[in-house]
Amino acid sequence: MSLPFILFFVFAFFAVVGAILLIVAREPIHSALALIMVMVALAALYLLLGAEFVAAVQIIVYAGAIMVLFVFVIMLLNAGVEERTNWSKLAKYAGLPLGVFLLFELTHWIARSAVGKSIANGSEATNAAVSTRALSEMLFRKYLFPFEATSILILIAILGALVLAKRDE
Amino acid sequence: MSAVPISYYLVLSAILFGLGVVAFVFKHNIITIYMAIELMLNAVNLAFVAFARAHNQLDGLVFVFFVIVVAAAESAVGLAIILTIAQNRQSLNVERVNQLKF
Repeated sequence: MSLPFILFFVFAFFAVVGAILLIVAREPIHSALALIMVMVALAALYLLLGAEFVAAVQIIVYAGAIMVLFVFVIMLLNAGVEERTNWSKLAKYAGLPLGVFLLFELTHWIARSAVGKSIANGSEATNAAVSTRALSEMLFRKYLFPFEATSILILIAILGALVLAKRDE
Repeated sequence: MSAVPISYYLVLSAILFGLGVVAFVFKHNIITIYMAIELMLNAVNLAFVAFARAHNQLDGLVFVFFVIVVAAAESAVGLAIILTIAQNRQSLNVERVNQLKF
C-alpha cells in the first residue's frame, strides 16, 4: 500500500464521515461544521489529484466564504434544534430507497465502465507551477467570455440578495 | 505520484452525491437542505477534477471554477430568500412553507 493510497483512503473516510454527520446532526451549526470537514477533505483530494489551484480555491471560496455566509445566517436566525415532524411519509418510504438505489447505481456503473478502469499516471501536469500557469492561460484565453459572464452573474446575484434581504419600510 | 485509480475518485464522488440526495430528501431545516445542495455540487466538482486528471486536460478544472462561482451566487441569493422566509413565517421548517402567498 503506497502513500497516495493511504492518503486517499484517509481523506475519503473524512469526506464520507462528514457527509454522514451532515445528515444525522440535529443542529444546523453541526451540519455546517460537518460540511466544512467534507470540503477540507475534498481540497486534500484535489491536491492528491495534482490540482493545486483548485484546492486553494476550494479552501478560500467554499470553506472560507460560502460556509461563513451559512454560519452567519444560522446565527442571525438563531436556528436551533430541527423540529421533528412526521407530516411527510413520502420521504421515509420513497426517499431512502431511492437515495440508496441512486448511490448503488452510480457506483456500480462507474466501477464497471471503461473509463473507471483507466489509471491516473503521473505526468507533467503534476508540477504545480506548470499546472497553474496552463490553467490561467486557459481561463483567460479560451474561456475568457464565460469568465466575464460569471462576473456579471455575481454582480446580479449581489444585487438580488440586497433587494431580497432589504426590509420593507 | 498519484497512483490511485480514477475510478476510486469517481466512486467517492458518487457516494458523496448519494449522501447529498439523502440529506436533501430527509432534512427539514431549509438551511440544511441548502447545505445538501452544496454537498452535491462538491461531489460533482470531485468528478470534474478526476476526469480532468484522467484525460490530462485542464478544461475540467476551469468548469470547477464556474461551478464554484455559481454556487457562491446561488448561496447569496438563496440565503437572502431564507432570511425573508424566516422573517415572514417565524420558522425554518420546509413543511411549514407550503403556501406561495402567506
